[in-house]
Amino acid sequence: MVTKEQIVQWLQAVAVVLEQNKDYLTELDAAIGDADHGINMNRGFQKVIPQLPSVADKDIGTILKTVSMTLISSVGGASGPLYGTLFLRASTAVAGKQELTDEDMVALLQAAVDGVVERGKAQLGDKTMLDVLSPASDAFKQAVADGASTAEALQKAVATAEEVLNNTIPMVARKGRASYLGDRSAGHQDPGATSAYLILKTLLETL
Amino acid sequence: MKKLINKPDDVVRESLEGMAAAHPDLIKVHLDPHFIYRVDAPIQNKVALISGGGSGHEPMHGGFVGVGMLDAACPGEVFTSPTPDQMLEAAKMVNGGAGVLNIVKNYSGDVMNFEMAAELAHSEGIRVLNILIDDDIAVKDSLYTQGRRGVGTTVLAEKICGAAAQERYDLNQLANLCRKVNINGRSMGVALTSCTVPAKGSPTFELSDHEIEVGIGIHGEPGRQRMPLKSADEITEMLVNSIIEDSAYTRTVREWDADKGEWLEVELTDPPLQSGDRILAFVNSMGGTPLSELYIVYRKLVQICENKGLHIVRNLVGPYITSLDMQGCSITILKMDDELIRLWDAPVKTPALRWGL
Repeated sequence: MVTKEQIVQWLQAVAVVLEQNKDYLTELDAAIGDADHGINMNRGFQKVIPQLPSVADKDIGTILKTVSMTLISSVGGASGPLYGTLFLRASTAVAGKQELTDEDMVALLQAAVDGVVERGKAQLGDKTMLDVLSPASDAFKQAVADGASTAEALQKAVATAEEVLNNTIPMVARKGRASYLGDRSAGHQDPGATSAYLILKTLLETL
Repeated sequence: MKKLINKPDDVVRESLEGMAAAHPDLIKVHLDPHFIYRVDAPIQNKVALISGGGSGHEPMHGGFVGVGMLDAACPGEVFTSPTPDQMLEAAKMVNGGAGVLNIVKNYSGDVMNFEMAAELAHSEGIRVLNILIDDDIAVKDSLYTQGRRGVGTTVLAEKICGAAAQERYDLNQLANLCRKVNINGRSMGVALTSCTVPAKGSPTFELSDHEIEVGIGIHGEPGRQRMPLKSADEITEMLVNSIIEDSAYTRTVREWDADKGEWLEVELTDPPLQSGDRILAFVNSMGGTPLSELYIVYRKLVQICENKGLHIVRNLVGPYITSLDMQGCSITILKMDDELIRLWDAPVKTPALRWGL
C-alpha cells in the first residue's frame, strides 16, 4: 500500500535527488547528447515543489496530473513530453485514489510505460529511459504476482532497474540525439535511463 | 567560460527583452510563456506561420518574425526545445482564422513538443499542421536514428513559406510547399571548435586545436567523423561533394491530419541533385566564424557548382542558424524552380532578413 502522503514525500524527495544529481545527469548527457538533461529535470522538479501544497489534500491522480502539467510546461527538450506523458498516464490510471494498492501500483507503472512508448516511439534496446522503466515495471508486477509486499516488490523493481541501467552502457542509441553518434554512443550510460532509475529508487527510499 | 551575460538563468529572457526593445516596429515579445510575434498579428485570413526550437541559434527563429516570414517564434531554453504551452499561446495570438503551420526541425524534443502543441491547438479548435524539416545529410541512417536533423533548410523554408502565406496560400498549399522545400534542400556542417552552453559553463565537447568535426549538428551533437584540420577549399569540397552526391533519401514522418485529429505516417523521398539544376546556395556561420571566412567557402562553392553544372540562381551568406559561439560553417543547397525563386525574391522585413521593403 502506498499512501497519498508517501506520494507527496516521494515527489519532494525526487526534487532533492535531481538537484543533487543535476551535474551528474548533465555530464552523462554531454557524452552522448546535448548536456542539458540534469539542468532540465532539475528545473522541472523545482517547479513541481511549490505546486504540491495546493494539491496535497487532493487524490493521487490529481497530484500526479499536476506534476505532469508542470513538467510539460517547464522541462522542454525530449524529457518534458516524455516525463510529462509518463505522469499524465500514471495519473489517469489512479484517478480518484487516496491510496494505492499493489494492483493500483501495477496499473500505474504499466500506464506510465505505455505513455512513454506512445510518445517517444522507442523500443527496448534503443538506449532510452524505456530500457529501465519497462523491465522495472515488469519486475514489480511479477513480484506482486508472487505475493511480495509493496516494499519487497519495489525492491525487486529497483534492483532490476539498477541492473538494466548498467545494460544501457554498451547499447547503441537508436532514438534521440544520442542516435546520431551511432556506434560512438556505446560505452556511455544513458542519461534518461539514469533519471528514470533515480526517480524509482527515490520511491523505494521514501516508503 | 567568458560570456557577455549577467546570470546563465537569465540569458533567454534578457535577450528577448533586448530584442523587443531593438525592434518595436516589427515584433513584440510575450513572456511566460515565451514567444515572439509579429507586431500586427493576427492577420485576418492569412495562414499563421510558427516555428520554434531551443535558443542559441539566433537569429533563428525569433529574428525571422515579421512581414513575409514567421508570425511567431517560440524559443526554448538554450539548446532545449520549447514547451507545448508556448506554441499553444503563440497560436492563439497569431491565428487569423486561416489556420497555423508549424515548421518543426527534426529533433526528438522539438518533434514531441510540437506534436503535443498540435494536439492542444486542435482541441481548442485551431486548424493546425506540422511540417518537419530534416535536411542534414550527415545523418545517413533513418532507420536506427531519429533521422536527418533539421538545419539550414529551415531558414529557407521559413522565408519561402512566409512569402507564400503573405500571398494567401491556404494551409494545405503551404504544407505542400514546405514539404517541397524540405525534400529539395540538403545541408551539411563542420565544427572547428565546440560551443559553450551558458548554464553548463564549459565546452559541450572536446576538440583539439588540430581537429575538426565533420557533419556536426547545431547543438554540438557529433557528426560523421573527426579528422585533422584541413584548408577551407578542402573542407568546402568535402561538404559540397557530400551534398551533391547524396542519393535519394526516403523516410517515414508523422504528420497531423487536421480533419480527423490524428497522426498519419507519410513517406517522403528527397530527389537527388542533377547537373543542370538551378539552386540556391547558402553558406552559414555556426556563430564564431567571421563573414570573411564564409566568403572563402562561398568562393570555392561557386567553383565546384560550375564544374558540376549546378546553376546558382540565388544565394545567402552569413550567420543565420548558429550554434552559440561555435566556430564552423554549414552549407545548404536548395534546388529551385520558378515558384521558389519568386517566393524567395518576395519582400521580407524581419530583424534578421530584409529586402524589398
